[in-house]
Amino acid sequence: MAGHVSPTKVYYTIFGSLMVLTAVTVTVAFINLGGLNFPVALGIAILKATLVILFFMHVKYSSRLTKLICGTAFFFLLVLFGLTLSDYLSRGWFTAPGGTTGAGTRVTIGPATPAPPAEP
Amino acid sequence: MTTTVLPRVTYVNVRHSVASWLLTKDHKRIGILYLIVVSIAFLLGGIFAVGVRIELTTPQGDFVSADTYNRLFTMHGVFMVFFVLVPVVPAVLGNFAMPLMIGAKDVAFPRINLLSWYVFVTGFLFTLTAMVTGGVDTGWTFYTPYSSSASNSNVMLTGVGVFITGFSSILTGLNFMVTIHRMRAPGLTWFRLPLFVWAIYATSLVMILATPVIAITVGMMALERALGFGIFDPRLGGDPVLFQHLFWFYSHPAVYIMILPPMGVISEVIACFSRKNIFGYSFVAFSSLAIAVFGFLVWAHHLFVSGISPYSAMVFSFLSFAVAIPSAVKTFNWTATLYQGAIWWRAPMMWVFGFLGLFLVGGLTGLFLASLGLDVHLHDTYFVVAHFHYIMVGGAIMGYFAGLHYWWPKMTGKMFSNSMAMLAALLVFVGFNLTFFPQFILGYLGMPRRYHAYSEEFQVLNVLSSAGASILAVGYSLIAAYLLYSLWRGEEAGANPWKATGLEWQIESPPPPDNFAVTPIVNEGAYEYSKREIKVV
Amino acid sequence: MSNGLAAHADPHGHAHHPALQHHFQTLDQQHEAATLGMWVFLVTEVMFFGGLLMAYLLYRVWYPEAWSEGSLELDIRLGGFNTVVLIASSLTMALGVRAAQTGAQRTTVRWLLLTMALGLTFLVVKFFEYKEKWDLNHIPGPNFVFEGPQEMSDHLQIFFSLYFGLTGLHALHMVIGVSILSVITWMAHRRRFTPEWYTPVEISGLYWHFVDIVWIFLFPLLYLVDRAHQLG
Repeated sequence: MAGHVSPTKVYYTIFGSLMVLTAVTVTVAFINLGGLNFPVALGIAILKATLVILFFMHVKYSSRLTKLICGTAFFFLLVLFGLTLSDYLSRGWFTAPGGTTGAGTRVTIGPATPAPPAEP
Repeated sequence: MTTTVLPRVTYVNVRHSVASWLLTKDHKRIGILYLIVVSIAFLLGGIFAVGVRIELTTPQGDFVSADTYNRLFTMHGVFMVFFVLVPVVPAVLGNFAMPLMIGAKDVAFPRINLLSWYVFVTGFLFTLTAMVTGGVDTGWTFYTPYSSSASNSNVMLTGVGVFITGFSSILTGLNFMVTIHRMRAPGLTWFRLPLFVWAIYATSLVMILATPVIAITVGMMALERALGFGIFDPRLGGDPVLFQHLFWFYSHPAVYIMILPPMGVISEVIACFSRKNIFGYSFVAFSSLAIAVFGFLVWAHHLFVSGISPYSAMVFSFLSFAVAIPSAVKTFNWTATLYQGAIWWRAPMMWVFGFLGLFLVGGLTGLFLASLGLDVHLHDTYFVVAHFHYIMVGGAIMGYFAGLHYWWPKMTGKMFSNSMAMLAALLVFVGFNLTFFPQFILGYLGMPRRYHAYSEEFQVLNVLSSAGASILAVGYSLIAAYLLYSLWRGEEAGANPWKATGLEWQIESPPPPDNFAVTPIVNEGAYEYSKREIKVV
Repeated sequence: MSNGLAAHADPHGHAHHPALQHHFQTLDQQHEAATLGMWVFLVTEVMFFGGLLMAYLLYRVWYPEAWSEGSLELDIRLGGFNTVVLIASSLTMALGVRAAQTGAQRTTVRWLLLTMALGLTFLVVKFFEYKEKWDLNHIPGPNFVFEGPQEMSDHLQIFFSLYFGLTGLHALHMVIGVSILSVITWMAHRRRFTPEWYTPVEISGLYWHFVDIVWIFLFPLLYLVDRAHQLG
């Protein structure tokens, strides 16, 4: 049974890269990048995960089917996130006068407010 | 001098002890084990339906209290959805027939197959316990915050039961996917596969991707209920609609789990009983995959009136129209298969005809509901109830019965009475339409669902519906009766009573434990009926 | 060759490898099926965590102040330490699989034991983190206590619900992983694995790496939300 055997050097190099990336993500977290902090942290995590998948899990040397399966998992995860957020993030767009206009508007439980007066 | 002929060894008689069944790794026996549990669940779900329909014969809530009524329709839904519709065709017919159809000795992971049955039974027992200790009243949809905070019924027990059963589905889907990828006989390329196998494959994709989401969602709801974790609790700023998003992310694809395998059955039966190749084989194959994938993109059509953004609703509405297209492709292709076919009027084909008409109605009425403007009026009315029963019963259950009757001779080695079977199919068809067609009208006229009392003007239609339900009950009972009778007194079926193509028909009925003595080699497509006799007796 | 078509059983009928199961034609087919099965299982795990992550995403968008506050309540040194430990365990796991592939049986056992040790270290640290939260009454539910405005307290309960949900589910997977590895290590100790057949080591490795990947995401998502104090 022939599976691809990676040289140990590959594993140690990837481990080193993962350590560096971990240090980077922690350091950058303390720097104020405004709205970019989240995407950067996520991007570094995705990079780390990719290294583990390609080299530790040998996907780089695996069949097309394996690669397709990896891709499928992330695709459907993105469908879940993307389509659900498409609801939440588009609430409150272009509302009629008297309504709130912020994206991500949510229904809150609060004291009853009187209805706006009816248009003549 | 006398010679003794030993009975042929089959998967049934190879060993007789109860332990040999409960510890079996044979996919055929596991299919039968599932058949037993699913049939019990069907009976239970049916009894709850009887309770519902009796209450609804009169406008007043006089048969049971409102609270009890809530429990009746909830338990009906829970048993029918999770313990009948999701597993029935994959775990019963898929388990039995699919490995045979690909020329394999078993599924890829036989012990995991057995495990999936035990997991299923465990989930079933939890839910059964919930039922006998008072039931659940939240609706099978368990919407928060009622389910997570306010309801004082057996939400936890039922939630645990559903959670556990989900793993049975996941294990089955995993097993089937690997089996179809890795255990096909030599020469059996993807495009020579029977369409039932394509359908099972597409279903497995959905089982694997969708089921974990409902598992974690029910888990979150249970944590909220048990420990006060606030994820859906509006009092803490949580969003109950998030539960709906996550719940339906599974439950909409779940309806494709319920319909894709029966569609696969229809392809098998319609080819055999028209003595013709399926029209547009590759379109039908790809449409199964398309349904599986597109089915993941439409779930929020269940949330149209829950307060989601209208822009998002428009997107989901458009996608819900799109998902109808591959189903339509199948329907056109099946119809074209009939054209110039030599139709053979036998019981399995009767169920196919029933399916074609009823699935059509169910599917088209789904488009009504996908229309935003219409859904505002029709949501939570009997129109929705009628729509999904047309698909689930008129489609999925009829497809199941088509498959059960088609493969019964293979599973048991016996033929059932064809005349009884035709009668039962007719009774079910008539009873079904009488039960559910009035519900379209009721919904259109505004009768809300999940109410135990209703306005006087709805009574006539409700009485018709309940009358239809009693005919349905007779039809289903008749099926159980003649099928069980055939086990004792049925004619020997022989290897291929339907003169069908397909590897499963080339071995004896019932099959031997190891299926194929010699691994078959395939060198033609799945439905080469042109090479077979057209005229069958 | 792995196109799913089964080879004929050996016509000369020589003894099959003891690990070959009867419904497979060759050991190769069996190995292909096992690895495909594990990959499909990992897909289900991605979606399983996905539901919790969706809830996390939504509330991070809605309640950034609570997310900032909650994240700052977590100990970044312990979280960072655990991240290093877990990534190291992935290294040792990969080296363990490699040792099995090359027939280095004693080395395999050593790498697997090291992997388990690192995994247990992670769990011990997690235990102390949870204990601290317990002592501070940060477990959501009726005993939750937080000094501050009610709305912040409510939203923090959601944050901590998701913190415990995500890390708890992850820890459960770690426990299962360590248990599986103990069985595999025992099998390796009994010299069951050879370059011809080491499938259980390989698929355990896949599982272990997956659990590592989940943590690679959980660490920044939970511990690094607002370390630059943009929100206070």
